[in-house]
Amino acid sequence: MSSLSRDDVAKLAGLARIEMTESELVELSSQFGMILDAVARVQEMDLSGVKATSHPQPLENIARPDVVLPSLSPEDALSGAPAQEESRFRVPQILGEAE
Amino acid sequence: MINKTAAQMADALAKDETTSVELTQAHLDRIASVDGQVKAFLHVDSEGALAQAKDVDARRAQGEKLSPIAGIPLALKDVLAQKGVPTTAGSKILQGWRPPYDSTVVSKLKDAGVVIMGKTNMDEFAMGSSTENSGYGPTFNPWDLTRTPGGSSGGSAAAVSAFEAPLAVGSDTGGSIRQPAALTGIVGVRPTYGAVSRFGLIAYSSSLDQAGPFGRTVLDTALLHEVMAGHDPKDATSINAPVPAVVAAAKSGDVKGMKIGVIKQLQGEGYQKGVQTRFDESLEVLASLGAEIVEVDCPSFEYALAAYYLIAPSECSSNLARFDAMRYGLRTGDVDGASAEAVMSATRDAGFGREVKRRIILGTYALSSGYYDAYYGSAQKIRTLIIQDYAKAFTKADVLVSPTAPTTAYKIGEKVDDPMAMYLGDVATIPVNLAGICGMSLPAGLADEDNLPVGFQIMAPAMQDQRLYQAGAALEAALLSKWGAPILSKAPELKGAK
Repeated sequence: MSSLSRDDVAKLAGLARIEMTESELVELSSQFGMILDAVARVQEMDLSGVKATSHPQPLENIARPDVVLPSLSPEDALSGAPAQEESRFRVPQILGEAE
Repeated sequence: MINKTAAQMADALAKDETTSVELTQAHLDRIASVDGQVKAFLHVDSEGALAQAKDVDARRAQGEKLSPIAGIPLALKDVLAQKGVPTTAGSKILQGWRPPYDSTVVSKLKDAGVVIMGKTNMDEFAMGSSTENSGYGPTFNPWDLTRTPGGSSGGSAAAVSAFEAPLAVGSDTGGSIRQPAALTGIVGVRPTYGAVSRFGLIAYSSSLDQAGPFGRTVLDTALLHEVMAGHDPKDATSINAPVPAVVAAAKSGDVKGMKIGVIKQLQGEGYQKGVQTRFDESLEVLASLGAEIVEVDCPSFEYALAAYYLIAPSECSSNLARFDAMRYGLRTGDVDGASAEAVMSATRDAGFGREVKRRIILGTYALSSGYYDAYYGSAQKIRTLIIQDYAKAFTKADVLVSPTAPTTAYKIGEKVDDPMAMYLGDVATIPVNLAGICGMSLPAGLADEDNLPVGFQIMAPAMQDQRLYQAGAALEAALLSKWGAPILSKAPELKGAK
């Protein structure tokens, strides 16, 4: 039986940038054992020598000619912004403490 | 008029027996009357729909050559961006967002003169199989309002099943078109991966996602399929090849000499008795029409569900990183001095529901160093084996078949606290997504024990989508003559408000 502790879930939630309440952490940790057991079945088969598939189509890089095409106007691009200032996205502080 | 097929409505429009405005208004009235119970729609755009309908009527009056489904109303899954119309993907994190652009599917529908009536409910970011994971409450199955319509495209399926729309668009990452089609007694197709552009389709699992059509008949579904599909330079995974002739195939419907492979692993144990019975009967019908039934072995399918529930969460944990509270959508906790990271974390807690959080965490785990090879890496190798199993099976058969879902529609709330039980409902649909091929579900009748619809699944190789329609149309016609009336005529009448 696999398991994932409450602290393991808290660490993953931190990496995924999701704040979680104590009850959410406990609930997820209790469900994870069962889910991990189920998905761990992928390790039951002998997979030596089998290539990995990341995508159903054999694709090579797709490039287009390097020419400027019409795109969103600044107004349209900003139309869903939670906050904006001087035609730019206004975002919370991204570097350490304010000086 | 709303009880007719889309093909019949198109015919009536072409003969000037009705107008698109009349047709659209009739469906808007039906929505107003029954959607309070079904809750298929998240947003109804009456004004926009009637304007589109009026425009199409004017173009027709001027003698313009229009697409075969011009003027037909349609319901659009809320996972597709439509310019200026609220688009949420069933998530609170996108509440109130109005996209500044059209998805390619929407552009194609508009170009074809299809009337988009509104956006339909879905499991949040298409993660779910019952529409119960919507941030806006569940959709109810028109066959029994205490049951789920399936999911994640449950709103689109319920709208078509309840005659609120003759056609609808859904998306299918692990069965999200085929399974709700099965549970609501209609036809749904997941086209070949890359056949329909993903530009403007809000991403869940990019290597598995594909938009596709719903209809009440195989021909209606084909008419919509042909309009939606085609190469799009805006989607680098879009296939640059002609759209398979699905409408012609739906009109021919001949299975004489066709080899139909029954997948050993996708039947029997775990499948409801009434589901298995209707499936076996449909096979007999196909055999009586001259098809040759063979059994095929796909041993790796036993691991498909496990591989899917690693690959899809892994891709979603990466895809959903875009919901960072910076450029669009919800932002909470933006108080003086709060860091961007704290705002992002608070916003994602407030905006994402339980299942989305569960899958992001699972994906983050499966991709983390030390576990990557054992989980995500192994799942990708299982994917290769599934592709090989299909390739082998398609040397013995032209199409492969199975029941679409192991059970009929279950009660709302029945599986919502048991994620694994919910995931098991996708066991028969997931292999198609992992291999990037195409699949259809069409009604095979009602299960004896509960009188609820059963779906029959047909699968075909990549870009051979016409085979689905050829076999599907043949089975549909034979079953219709056996039943004497379409399956939806057996659904209980919804008590409308008027």
